[in-house]
Amino acid sequence: MSTTVAKSSFWRERFPIDAVAHFFAKKTVPMHRHTIWYYLGGMTLFFFLIQVGTGVLLLLYYRPTAEAAFESVQFIMTKVRFGWLIRSLHSWSANLMVAAAMIHMFSVFFMKSYRKPREITWVSGVLLFFLALAFGFTGYLLPWNTLAYFATKVGTEIASVVPIVGHDLLLFLRGGEEVTGATLTRLFGFHVAVLPMLTTALLGLHLLLVQVQGMSVPPQAEAQAAQRKPMPFFPYFLMRDLVGWLVALGVLAALAALFPWELGEKADPFASAPPGIKPEWYFLFMFQTLKYIPAKILFMDGEVLGILAFGLVGVFWLLVPFLDRRPEAGGRTRWFTVFGWVAIAFIAVMSLIAYVVPQTF
Amino acid sequence: MMANFFSRISRRSFLDYFLGGGAAALAGSVLFPVLKYIMPPAIPQAVQNDVVAGKVGELAPNSGKVFRFGNKPGILVRTPEGDYRAFSAVCTHLQCTVQYRDDFKHIWCACHNGHFDLTGRNLEGPPPRPLEEYRVEIRGEDIFAIRQT
Repeated sequence: MSTTVAKSSFWRERFPIDAVAHFFAKKTVPMHRHTIWYYLGGMTLFFFLIQVGTGVLLLLYYRPTAEAAFESVQFIMTKVRFGWLIRSLHSWSANLMVAAAMIHMFSVFFMKSYRKPREITWVSGVLLFFLALAFGFTGYLLPWNTLAYFATKVGTEIASVVPIVGHDLLLFLRGGEEVTGATLTRLFGFHVAVLPMLTTALLGLHLLLVQVQGMSVPPQAEAQAAQRKPMPFFPYFLMRDLVGWLVALGVLAALAALFPWELGEKADPFASAPPGIKPEWYFLFMFQTLKYIPAKILFMDGEVLGILAFGLVGVFWLLVPFLDRRPEAGGRTRWFTVFGWVAIAFIAVMSLIAYVVPQTF
Repeated sequence: MMANFFSRISRRSFLDYFLGGGAAALAGSVLFPVLKYIMPPAIPQAVQNDVVAGKVGELAPNSGKVFRFGNKPGILVRTPEGDYRAFSAVCTHLQCTVQYRDDFKHIWCACHNGHFDLTGRNLEGPPPRPLEEYRVEIRGEDIFAIRQT
């Protein structure tokens, strides 16, 4: 790599490419028993790149209006050559991306990689995760099928629970009082323009910070990392990364080919919500919780309280590096680790119940 | 007086305030129209107070159907005894569209398992309020649902 750069004086005169090449040549990855978790960020990035590619392809045929959206997706699935594959890849990769991001986020959390000076890396990462969920939510409506219609109705209604600005927020999301074609066009705009723009900026910051700060070594593995030689990123770690990506591509292609994403029925705003309706798996634990919260808690509507509680946990999660100051001084914070496990257990149990308990009561 | 005033604010900080204020005004004058643009204009809806919800003989006892009431769904129910009842079909929990369940003999919302009895009262599950009830009037073949004022 460095020799080819040295030979080409064209780029050296125009860009400090030697410095960049030098930086990457010196980049290393610490070796310890938790090293495997370092692959998850790159894995998330890989699925994101798939999303960009397949998303651009879907844009060629998709039409974002209530009258034509469902039919255009049907057209992609049945008439466009490999259209079913492109759409399935986009849907499956979205799910795998959220899963990879989730594992990445929790592993970072347990390894306390958010401690000084990596607070901004954590905050940008959590915001990127929220953006991934927003991509999932806005993209879900675009085929304009029954499930999507009610999911969007409930999801946007949840936004209206926010104190003071709730109703304005609902109007902003729906483009009116109801979920209509205006909502579809709006969420399409968010999905293909606003969210990608925000994601690109945050992702740039996130990756830049990771490069500048280097890999964090978890406190529990510091002794081991000090004994073992770090692995040069070029080419050894990158090669391993690529093997992981190849496996991911294989899994993704198999899922997309064997279980093509269903389209369902076209949305009818004047039909009842179908029995067995439930959101995508990453929203399932919130959905299940909303079912169990009683209608009234003291003087407040139960769902308002539940939704506000989820919002507060989200803010807490974002601010973790500023709340958990102990690891910087070499101390261990049991409470944060316990919180992480409780959160995982809660998500797992609620999701499992939603899958196992029959939906028609 | 004037000299005193000018000597208290340096030329530098005057320019800073001037530029900062100008930048803030510019940002505000850009953001204000953008924010206003983002909020959708209110589209006037003809206020509808009654609608034909169904035809006589269309519904068997112990069944129900969803009908359009303006831009929102309503539900017409025929009770097991053969009476007609009409409600808003918008669940009071998170606005899903409810349905009549003949096996429960009452109204049910599929989204978060909310139950309502045949007077619209919230029986069970997360819905916090009863469904809005409409008055039912049969004129000839038509069953009207009328909003109670």
